[in-house]
Amino acid sequence: MGLSESFFAQKFGISSTDLERYLAEALSRGGDYADLYFEYVSTSSLGLEESILKSATQGVTLGVGVRVITGERTGYAYSDDLGSEKIMQAARVAACISSGPASIVKTPLESTGKRDLYPILTSPNEASLMERVALVRRADECARSADPRVFQVQVSYADQLKHVLVAASDGTISFDRQPLARMNVSVLAREGEGVPQNGYHGGGGRVELSWFQKEHPPEYFAKEAVRQALVQLEAVDAPAGETTVVLGPGWPGILLHEAVGHGLEADFNRKGVSAFSNRIGQLVASPLCTIVDDGTIANRRGSLNVDDEGSPTQSNVLIENGILRGYLTDKLSAKVTGGKSTGSGRRESYQAIPMPRMTNTFMLAGESDPDEIVRSVKKGVYCTTFGGGQVDITSGNFVFSASESYLIEDGKITKPLRGATLIGNGPEAMRHVSMVGNDLKLDEGVGVCGKEGQSVPVGVGIPTIKIDKMTVGGTA
Amino acid sequence: MSANLEEMTSEVVKRALALGASDAECTASEGAEFSVSVRKGEVEKLKEAGSKAIGLRVLIGQKQGSAYTSDLSKEGLEQMVKAAVELAHITSEDPHAGLPDPSELGKIDGDLGLFFEETALVPTDQKIDCAKRAEAAAMAADERIFNSEGAGFGSYAGQRVFANSRGFVGSYRSSTCSLSATPVAKLGEAMERDYWYSMARQFSRLESPEYIGKKAAERALRRLGARKVDTQKAPIIFDTTVARSLLDHIFEAASGDSIYRKSSFLVDKLGQTVASAKLTLVDDATLPATFGACPFDDEGVPSRRTSILEKGVLKNYLLNTYTARKLGMKTTGNASRGLCGAPSISHGNLLLEPGELTQEEIFKKVGRGLFVTELIGFGVNMVTGDYSRGAAGLWIEGGEPAFPVSEITIAGNLNQMLMDIAYVGNDLEFRGSVNSPTLVIGEMTISGQ
Repeated sequence: MGLSESFFAQKFGISSTDLERYLAEALSRGGDYADLYFEYVSTSSLGLEESILKSATQGVTLGVGVRVITGERTGYAYSDDLGSEKIMQAARVAACISSGPASIVKTPLESTGKRDLYPILTSPNEASLMERVALVRRADECARSADPRVFQVQVSYADQLKHVLVAASDGTISFDRQPLARMNVSVLAREGEGVPQNGYHGGGGRVELSWFQKEHPPEYFAKEAVRQALVQLEAVDAPAGETTVVLGPGWPGILLHEAVGHGLEADFNRKGVSAFSNRIGQLVASPLCTIVDDGTIANRRGSLNVDDEGSPTQSNVLIENGILRGYLTDKLSAKVTGGKSTGSGRRESYQAIPMPRMTNTFMLAGESDPDEIVRSVKKGVYCTTFGGGQVDITSGNFVFSASESYLIEDGKITKPLRGATLIGNGPEAMRHVSMVGNDLKLDEGVGVCGKEGQSVPVGVGIPTIKIDKMTVGGTA
Repeated sequence: MSANLEEMTSEVVKRALALGASDAECTASEGAEFSVSVRKGEVEKLKEAGSKAIGLRVLIGQKQGSAYTSDLSKEGLEQMVKAAVELAHITSEDPHAGLPDPSELGKIDGDLGLFFEETALVPTDQKIDCAKRAEAAAMAADERIFNSEGAGFGSYAGQRVFANSRGFVGSYRSSTCSLSATPVAKLGEAMERDYWYSMARQFSRLESPEYIGKKAAERALRRLGARKVDTQKAPIIFDTTVARSLLDHIFEAASGDSIYRKSSFLVDKLGQTVASAKLTLVDDATLPATFGACPFDDEGVPSRRTSILEKGVLKNYLLNTYTARKLGMKTTGNASRGLCGAPSISHGNLLLEPGELTQEEIFKKVGRGLFVTELIGFGVNMVTGDYSRGAAGLWIEGGEPAFPVSEITIAGNLNQMLMDIAYVGNDLEFRGSVNSPTLVIGEMTISGQ
């Protein structure tokens, strides 16, 4: 696609002459690099509760961010008005980070992205509203009729369609149209007048609305949410202390996101403040572990054709057979360390400065049979669903909260456990991985990652794995 | 500018009524943000920009829809109004939906001291200098401080405008600024980082850069050599910086949304003793120059002071118009909304009444236990009150800090934890909109080795 066929050219009349002029202004006081990030996002969301469709919202945000890099310094400004004078003004503000003679913008701008990981004719955001309303109603009806102990059901659905254009002084230009949709079902169930328990499930991705009609219908999410709540009704207190932990496949991959992923972001490592700093080539995990961050998987929530600096995303090997191979890098960190961007520069919106971030982070499948993994544990905990997690990348300590887990006794999965936080130290926990299953699964598309106040959608995945020693924060 | 935005919101409300809405409310905000981060004495990132956006909620009878936009052109606004009205047609009748009664609308008189021109006028060089000085103070504090994640200065000055179809129009300006430092300390191969910050509406009220840097360094240094402790039950002392999170949990559990959804461990407990008699908690949005103050809430209802816990008894839920109607009560002026959607609930200043002991006296009284200075993770279940979070801090032995602790969790249930408050400190300080003195819980489970 050329600029003239792009969304911003057609809707706002932006030409390559304009882009070159803005970039030249951004580099008018010198600097090594400048870029423009144009963004136009339309969103819609629906909220249903007590079987009443209580909320329906639509919105539009648009703007452009201008960035100038000089050495390790970044100047940034943005405008929510795409008028030429406003963009020039933002460029002048960003330019103030540098002070010297003007730098040159490489022209003509050449397009970087050629593939399409989410070739979607009609984004959910452009589909009929009534079709989306029908989906949330189906989820509600299914959850309510699934079990008489269910007494509260909330269904939410949200989608967005984001158009972006990134033009940079290194002579690159890229365009993308990024659809994203997600549905969540949350239920409360109780036995008689007992304490209620909640269950939650959701999913989505860069998909068409038909994904929610065929592959993952609303009933699927509703039933899973109900199942989780009912399991919790039977739950007993989780153990306290160190024990063997088996993680089920899929969403428990959040372990990798917290224990490894953040610590391998290049900004922390070039500054030497991560527990993984200066450890490339060293053994930082069990040799059974190969961990990748892959932004190129079709239709996934964490995937992108190009990152938010216009670099094509890649499949990046982070850890190979336990050995640390590389960091996740954006253009700035690549420039400072003399490497190449790994397509990991992401930002929350045009108002935010990009930084190295994950896309879809997962561990490759191993050779063990998942049942055999559970059978090998005399006493331990088997976790299948998690809430959020967090990491202190400097000490390497991380946590994640198990929302569905079970006791393993003599190689068998027995009683369900109440929610508990698991805590470990990144490089250390990964060395305790002693079995890796052959059942790699990716999560179903609800992940949100936060860093320095910026949220971006991500994915995770993992096969069944066994960690010999980890601290479980229960009370029993 | 102010008049323009007020006019714009009133116009949008009128336009919504003209397109068939029976009621409408419109909120707009504009503001200018500045942030700078420095690292190793050099500017690392500098950002400066302003933005505006507007949001609308309309009702057609008791069906509601909403829309927002950052495109404030005539076409952008028209598109927003049309979208909101169209969406209201597809939603369901909700018998409790609606704007506040006209008699409930209003605002606190006088200047609440939320905006200070001086904060907006601080020269860029001075802001950069503050951050550089804070970082330098941290780096100079001790030779074990070997690296830095930098120091930052941020400021914001903006305006919030609100108008509805029942005659309310109001606006207020606010300013904030903050300064923080995050040094990294090293002992052998192990690294620890920590931070300190100060936040104020008025630039001259910030803690000094030197104090912030030094305090951040002390906090990072005292974590060096941290180890796990044995799994056990023990008293837990929550430092003021983490005790705040317990107030957040009480707030969330006492919010009207959680109550009518029955997703709170405080459901049906109004008037009952739910906490130790040592706990008296208020929400007060009327205190001048504080972070939690505002003249009216996001539905145009005047802000006020509401008692949540009085000597352990649950006195009030915090409500907006919708949740009040659901529960057969009156709004407490706690409506909160972004630009889009229906109002949710937020607090003003959450304040726990201080006790009489200093932190040192508390250590002596407790004798042996865990002093928590950091909590990580999200392991709190608001429905059941089950609590399990990652923690770091200092082990207290013989009434004094003995050694640093990390990579452990603390667990319990909020129902029991609130009843089991052993001591409340005298060290209440205003550092944000949620402020607590040091709190001690008699016994929780520590998971370690």
